[in-house]
Amino acid sequence: MNAVTNQATRTAVSVTGLRKAYGEKVVLDGVDLTIGEGEVFALLGPNGAGKTTIVRILSTLIPADAGKATVMGFNLRGEAGAVRRVIGVTGQFSAVDDLLTGEENLVLMGRLLHLRATERRARATELLERFDLVEAARQTPATYSGGMKRRLDLAMTLMGWPRLIFLDEPTTGLDPRSRQTMWQVIRELVREGVTIVLTTQYLEEADHLADRIAVLDHGRIVAEGTPEELKRRIPGAHIRLRFADSASLAEAARLMPEGTRDDEELVLRVPNERGIRSLRDVLARLGDDVAVEDLSIHTPDLDDVFFAVTGSASKEKSQ
Amino acid sequence: MSALTIAAQDSATMLWREIKHSIRLLRLLIVSAILVPVVMLLLFDYILGGTLGHGLGDVARGAPYVDYLVPGILVMTVAGGCGPTAINVSMDMTGGFVDRIRTMAVTRGALLAGHVGVSVLRMLVATAAVTGVALLLGFRPKASIADWFAVVGIVAAFSFALAWLSAAIGLVTKSVAGANGSTLPLSFLLPFLSSTFVPADSMPAGVRWFAANQPFTAVVDSLRALLTGAPVGDSAYLALAWCAAIALAGYLWSQAAFRPRSPMTRRIWSKGDPGS
Repeated sequence: MNAVTNQATRTAVSVTGLRKAYGEKVVLDGVDLTIGEGEVFALLGPNGAGKTTIVRILSTLIPADAGKATVMGFNLRGEAGAVRRVIGVTGQFSAVDDLLTGEENLVLMGRLLHLRATERRARATELLERFDLVEAARQTPATYSGGMKRRLDLAMTLMGWPRLIFLDEPTTGLDPRSRQTMWQVIRELVREGVTIVLTTQYLEEADHLADRIAVLDHGRIVAEGTPEELKRRIPGAHIRLRFADSASLAEAARLMPEGTRDDEELVLRVPNERGIRSLRDVLARLGDDVAVEDLSIHTPDLDDVFFAVTGSASKEKSQ
Repeated sequence: MSALTIAAQDSATMLWREIKHSIRLLRLLIVSAILVPVVMLLLFDYILGGTLGHGLGDVARGAPYVDYLVPGILVMTVAGGCGPTAINVSMDMTGGFVDRIRTMAVTRGALLAGHVGVSVLRMLVATAAVTGVALLLGFRPKASIADWFAVVGIVAAFSFALAWLSAAIGLVTKSVAGANGSTLPLSFLLPFLSSTFVPADSMPAGVRWFAANQPFTAVVDSLRALLTGAPVGDSAYLALAWCAAIALAGYLWSQAAFRPRSPMTRRIWSKGDPGS
């Protein structure tokens, strides 16, 4: 995150008007993005939003139908070779070689990156240690856990010291502990100044890791900003009061007209802009006469943002 | 480094990778590449060989059926290597490895060069092993040193041709199981519909013309002539011409199928799309 302020002037990825369709199905419908060097940028969205397609286009795997894109200053059209020399990609589906040992997988990458023999051995050893794979180095990935495979996959991506890394759903399918380890690894990369573009369906993950987030829905970016900015965009902070009967709800609503009432759930939501002070105020106004069944304080998280900015399909999910 | 040096280096890396793969799968390969042809040899020689040899007029020719059979078994051994090659290529296509190297500055043709190179190597090793077993079982070739060189040359050329064809099959099939199934006509059907076990002119009229004129027959006949000391005539050239034609077709098919936007492989490339 320091890196952002240091290198804010340098652009890692610049995309304008990116479009992609498969037959009738429009996958990307005019995407604009600017990602700074050293930044962690998260593409957040449900399945089918177009996240992976953006990664596949930016990593030179597939061409866009329209739009301009540069990666680390190189044009995707015409300078794909130069782009490939500075990026690393860890896909959604693990691309480790199951018949080679962990160490051989890294050496294979080193060879394909044309590193000298001493250099690739040193780098492989370093990465095995860093990703806690030393003991498994001489075993094939068949014996690895899901988390170990992902770590090996990422280590392979790092063999050539890429300056920009694409991580396509790096923790999908991992157990909570492996996810924590993966997050740790990603944070370390950030400290080294590597630019990271990550896709995720997990709001929590984007919130934890990303400097900036673009929310993607149906091939369009529907919101963009820092996690804080996005949270500020929606009026989410409130105190939620639940009552035993509609009479109590009506009484409370009369005392606090600024609240929104939900007669079905017997709930009153009172805006909470001043934290504890608002809470004390609400309790004082309720007095002893209105019986409150349940009280909870709700701070907006990215879920609120997500559901606020994405389409109807996502709203159904929230209910 | 020049582009050519890098291309050579990348191909060498892919060869190294495929050799490692073959070593890891050694037991499986020994069974499929050596044991299966040996069992065919035993079945046809010991179980069916008496009658077949009698029908071919062995006694009159003074040569046992095994001498007729072995050249055909060698060709079958080469063809038996098609399955593993197609499977390995298909695994790389479906398993994410191709995607990975496409995002790296790796020479485009290196991966297939590695697959084809090691495929030829496996076929040659298997053919040598099966020849050794055949010699133990009483195969008595009458080939001169020069004939043996010609035999090795034709076997290598046929291996090269089938390796490219198998690579193409591996590229266009959508699954590993499909890759295996699609090579069965090559490794099983075509040998039977050729002069591998019996002469083509002994077959029913419907298949006779096909059997007499298909590439397996050309290759088997040339090897048989060289190994039994019979006049070779033009059969060796015909065999080599077939090999060149198949290799070229397999190569061009592979190149076309390996292009990312090829309609042949679009389903694989767009696997994650329209995706998350």
